[in-house]
Amino acid sequence: MFLIILRRLGQSVFVLFLVAFISFMIFRYVGNPVDNLLGQEATVEQRDALIEALGLNDPLHEQYLDFVTRAVQFDFGNSYRGALPVADMILERLPATLELAIVSALFAMILGTLLGIYTAIRRNGLLANFIMSSSLIGVSLPTFLIGVLLIWLFAVELGWLPSFGRGETVQLGFWSTSLLTVSGLKSLVLPAITLGLYQMTLIMRLVRAEMLEVLRQDFIRFARARGLSERVVYFSHALKNTLVPVITVAGLQLGSIVAFAIITETVFQWPGVGLMFINAVFFVDIPVMSAYLLLVGTLFVVINLIVDLLYLAIDPRIRDGQLRRKVDD
Amino acid sequence: MISEKRFLRRFQESDFLYDFKRSPVTIVSFAVVVVLFLLAVFAELVAPTNPFDVGSLNLMNGFTPPMQPNAFTGEVFPLGADNQGRDLLSAIIFGLRVSLFVGLTAVILAMVLGVSLGLLAGYRGGWVDALIMRAADIQVTFPSILIAMLIFGVARGLLPPSMRDELAILVLIISIGLSEWVPFARTVRGTTLVEKEKEYVQAARLIGLSSRQIMLRHILPNVLSPVLVIATITLALAIIAEATLSFLGVGAPPTEPSLGTLIRIGQDFLFSGEWWILVFPAATLLALALSVNLLGDWLRDILNPRLK
Amino acid sequence: MTDSILSVRNLRVVIPHRHGKLVAIDNISFHIQRGEIIGFVGESGAGKSMTGAAIIGLIDPPGYIERGEIWLDNLRIDQSVRGDAILIRGKRISMIFQDPLTSLNPLRTIGDQLMETILTHLPLSAEAARKKAIAGLEEVDIDPSRFGAYPHEFSGGMRQRVVIALALCAEPELIIADEPTTALDVSVQAQVLDLLKRLCRERGASVMLITHDMGVIAETTDRVAVLYAGRLAEIGPTQTLLSNPKHPYTRGLIASTPSVESGDIGTHLFQIRGTMPRLDALPPGCRFHPRCEQIMARCRSEQPEVAENGAACFLYEDD
Repeated sequence: MFLIILRRLGQSVFVLFLVAFISFMIFRYVGNPVDNLLGQEATVEQRDALIEALGLNDPLHEQYLDFVTRAVQFDFGNSYRGALPVADMILERLPATLELAIVSALFAMILGTLLGIYTAIRRNGLLANFIMSSSLIGVSLPTFLIGVLLIWLFAVELGWLPSFGRGETVQLGFWSTSLLTVSGLKSLVLPAITLGLYQMTLIMRLVRAEMLEVLRQDFIRFARARGLSERVVYFSHALKNTLVPVITVAGLQLGSIVAFAIITETVFQWPGVGLMFINAVFFVDIPVMSAYLLLVGTLFVVINLIVDLLYLAIDPRIRDGQLRRKVDD
Repeated sequence: MISEKRFLRRFQESDFLYDFKRSPVTIVSFAVVVVLFLLAVFAELVAPTNPFDVGSLNLMNGFTPPMQPNAFTGEVFPLGADNQGRDLLSAIIFGLRVSLFVGLTAVILAMVLGVSLGLLAGYRGGWVDALIMRAADIQVTFPSILIAMLIFGVARGLLPPSMRDELAILVLIISIGLSEWVPFARTVRGTTLVEKEKEYVQAARLIGLSSRQIMLRHILPNVLSPVLVIATITLALAIIAEATLSFLGVGAPPTEPSLGTLIRIGQDFLFSGEWWILVFPAATLLALALSVNLLGDWLRDILNPRLK
Repeated sequence: MTDSILSVRNLRVVIPHRHGKLVAIDNISFHIQRGEIIGFVGESGAGKSMTGAAIIGLIDPPGYIERGEIWLDNLRIDQSVRGDAILIRGKRISMIFQDPLTSLNPLRTIGDQLMETILTHLPLSAEAARKKAIAGLEEVDIDPSRFGAYPHEFSGGMRQRVVIALALCAEPELIIADEPTTALDVSVQAQVLDLLKRLCRERGASVMLITHDMGVIAETTDRVAVLYAGRLAEIGPTQTLLSNPKHPYTRGLIASTPSVESGDIGTHLFQIRGTMPRLDALPPGCRFHPRCEQIMARCRSEQPEVAENGAACFLYEDD
């Protein structure tokens, strides 16, 4: 079992180095650090001096090591626009994104699982069929459209909730939170639903499909034949077996929530790292793009690792190395 | 060709048509897709005006509501006019063309790339397989929309500023295409692994057909139906991805607005009550994405009953 | 017939589908005595498993019981609502399925699954239930130290023994065993059957043994029912039926079973010509008539019912 964890850890580190390498290549070759620091009018001497100072003549692997070393110390260089340290920009905006992502993920997972179980158990029920049909619309509805439509309904027409920004925030050390003020919480509702709705429908459909699959299995028949009540069959036997694949996908969805936060943050002008990234793409601000990639990549790798460990905790067959993890295709 | 005729007959006799006729939702989705596709192809003939002919625009027509004559010019626009006095219906039809064009070409790119890599990985095996599939594993950890944004950003960084708008559509197609190849590759690889062990492939190898011929003539036909299903579902994803990028302002350039661009413009006027600038493009996009999705779902159920 | 634990009268099970409904079981009647082992034999699709599922109330939807009655003692159970079904299922009737590999929840320990069943049916404390679970394991020759083990840590034969322990732990009066050894290695089949037979005899429980193997029938059962295409072809004491089969189908079935003792090895086995009809293409009259060697005119149009002699065949009616 420790061998499995060790192997997974090794793979994670490998992927991290790969992500770092791509970030580095983008940072080094797509952007042009010299032009951006000096401007077009610099003399050749100035340029050579800067190239030397930045170590751009060093062998590639040394530059890469240097990049990784600085990244580990949270040094990503300066933004092309505004010349602020990228690390400071990220630190300032990260709490907003994480709060939004976590609230959305909880919303998606809890409601998605409950609705998934419900639609599986009442497979031919009227309400269940209605939920399933509307979920198809939910899957086809692009995130940004959900946001725009929610703004139209709840902010413009009904005027109940704010349509942009984070509301008032409270500073807790370096962390600024909007979860402790009324205006902050109100501001969070629409973005959280926008961001979570798509993942919620996905999780719901997945839980339903898995649950139906599990309910067809012999051990469920046998559990019924043993006289266990329907409640025990559903919640104590079927649900746990459903969780194995659901956790993988839900974990990966958590990653997508961070990525889709880019869209939600743009729609609601939410001051998080996603909005920062989209501005960076628009203005070709390479250091910010590269740092964001590294940040999100690390987050994904960590989430994947946690998902794998959860897997080991749930399924004894994987613990004993009898069953390989199913790839999600 | 005989085989073609036989194929046609098999098609007619199969459950395919029967199931199609029995599913009203599928018929409606199919009709919607066909109508939207024809509108996009024949945009010049169908659209009342050419929305990009700057000369014909009259700023006085700005914000004309749908089906009401403009207070100054008396002109009527079926779906209203936008802030610049552009006929919204025409803008939507031309925007549809951009959206569909980008979506279709991106899917074709993803398909060609994915199918080739999948065939190669499955047929060659060994390190080629390991390399391709590990790359696929790593890529799917990241949401494709993020990959597309990154590729888009990098491509913009590599292009000189003057060419950024000019090549924006091409960059968009490549970004989306490169971000969606994995499902094709995985499916094709799986089928290839099964097929290559079968006797007819062994026989083809014995009579000395080259690997290329075996892959293209013998294995490829077996993967067509799953590939068709994935392509349809991916088309919906690609259309949404394009709309999303354009909505965020990092997709189609202002000179060639897609449905996403139109929605981006419309959002600005939501608060001042000009709802039509947002609602009609949004409804068109939704109808398109939903219909393609429904068709994809139906195809998957028909061609792959196991997944039902 | 005061001693019968279960009686089934005119049972008819149908499965609705696109173009109407399939009759999976048509007008079957029989009873099971206390303590007896009755075999149900027939080809796959003949309705053996469906009969078992009907008795325990686990017919897969959309199938349902259209007509007939099932009585457990003096309690009618075919119309049981959910709550009553729970009181019977597992407690008075339990069922063992074909594949021991998939009958157990892979994510729960066997002890956990045993305890859960015992506590559902018997008014015991957790400690007493644990003792009973361990005793149940010992009875099926599984070391009590394996109480906390997961199903995947056992072999196929051991898992089926765990399944038997689970089926017996609430002391049911009737056990429906649906091909309990088909998925096992030949070498452990006899072992598992002997165990099942011994434990049920000790408890005085009845067994409904579903199988397609005439050899198993001969060695294990007291009585036997032969099913063909959803109908009962013949029913009677095993000895009588094997030595003097009346229905042409039973005769064919016996003749086509290889017997090691009688030195059949190498000789050509008898085969019944043709195959059993599908449920959506049943012939009129006796369902066996297209394959019957002794077909008569009325067989093509009239359906025979099970007569005094136990066979549903017109051959023995002399009118």
